[in-house]
Amino acid sequence: MHHVKCLPAADIAAKVAELCVQACVTLPPDVLAALERAHEREESEVGRGIIARLIENAALARELNLPMCQDTGLAVVFVAIGEEVHIAGGSLREAIAAGVRQGYAQGYLRQSVVRSPLDRRNTGDNTPPVIHTEIVLGDALTITVAAKGAGSENMSRLRMMIPSDGIEAVKRFVVEAVENAGASACPPLVIGVGLGGSFEQCALAAKQALLRSLGEPNPDPATAELEQELLDLVNATGIGPMGVGGRVTALAVNVETRPCHIASQPVAVNLQCHAARHASYTWE
Amino acid sequence: MPEQPIRLATPLCDDDVIALRAGQRVLISGAIYTARDAAHRRMAETLSQGKPLPFDVRGQIIYYAGPTPAPPGHIIGAVGPTTAGRMDAYVLQLVELGLKAMIGKGPRSEAVKAALQAHRAVYFGAIGGAGALLAQTVKSVALVAYEDLGTEAIRRLVVEVFPAIVINDCYGGDAYLEARAMWRRA
Repeated sequence: MHHVKCLPAADIAAKVAELCVQACVTLPPDVLAALERAHEREESEVGRGIIARLIENAALARELNLPMCQDTGLAVVFVAIGEEVHIAGGSLREAIAAGVRQGYAQGYLRQSVVRSPLDRRNTGDNTPPVIHTEIVLGDALTITVAAKGAGSENMSRLRMMIPSDGIEAVKRFVVEAVENAGASACPPLVIGVGLGGSFEQCALAAKQALLRSLGEPNPDPATAELEQELLDLVNATGIGPMGVGGRVTALAVNVETRPCHIASQPVAVNLQCHAARHASYTWE
Repeated sequence: MPEQPIRLATPLCDDDVIALRAGQRVLISGAIYTARDAAHRRMAETLSQGKPLPFDVRGQIIYYAGPTPAPPGHIIGAVGPTTAGRMDAYVLQLVELGLKAMIGKGPRSEAVKAALQAHRAVYFGAIGGAGALLAQTVKSVALVAYEDLGTEAIRRLVVEVFPAIVINDCYGGDAYLEARAMWRRA
């Protein structure tokens, strides 16, 4: 007899609602620590002043229970669901959507979703969320809510390179994306890079890279080396905090690689503003 | 050490604008008007029909922002700047009518920079993502127009010492470009 764990849909909805608010109000400790390191490292007086205000903003948001940024984003939800988990009393998809609906209403978060780019009618409850589901072994369920604002998302890009372009072209592509974004993406940035995979997997890898803790390099040494090199290149642009000049244009570059076709070398750059908001919960 | 910030009171006059240079820090006090994508599109439609705008833009500052709803006990939610470039197409007709400044984040087009020079207007950058902090500078909020647009409605905010930086002045100066030239490593 197989063991199956039952999780009530209503519990999942309630937790997702909490995660939406938590993500928008409380800056994760690794991001706050990276901002504090950036404040020490920044040589530009104006840039240092901006980072100090971002740290102050994070403290105020937590204290007043206000979102740190008015763009409380599209809710991008990552789900890792064990094969032995059963959702009772509703569908997982609807439970997550209900959680987003509740969280954005109860947390006084902004409704930033339109139902179609053609009529641009606001759905009024920040649904639907974007849900990425991965099926894993076991009986645990992990849900991560990332509130993704458009300022940095709009400046993200993907290119289907070919192997002869080489890794130098990848580096140029990342730096160009950051240069092109400038202050629009709200630097200091977190930069997620997807390298390899299929067209859509490459973009997803770039977004997944944003979820890794800042200051935690990719476990693969060659990838970690590329991350450090990209960070140095990006910080040499001089864009600085909010684009007004300085040494800290990015807090981190996280690269995720994926196996790819012999003819392909896709690269995606997902930019994330300094308010790198996400929150997770695991039902074990 | 950078210079002390310049204190500005709204509405702005030509003398206020011509004294400003790219890169200077300012502290703005007085009324400013929120408007972003949808409100700009409506204002442009209104003008194309030959009708007056919902507020007189002469001497005023438009703040590209869409706040979060005000929780109980607050007059406004988080209210930081949004990306200004999306409103580039609307700038010329507004500065022609006497708008003196905009607050946002991110670079403006060459056409906007030329319009600022031709009509003595200025573009300020505020701290993107500092929505909770900037909300503390807001002392009152009044709906002006387009309530159906929700967060994108035009609202009159009275602010006190709202911090910003002059990005584009009325002489063609661009703080973003100057900053990169100064801080770039070869």
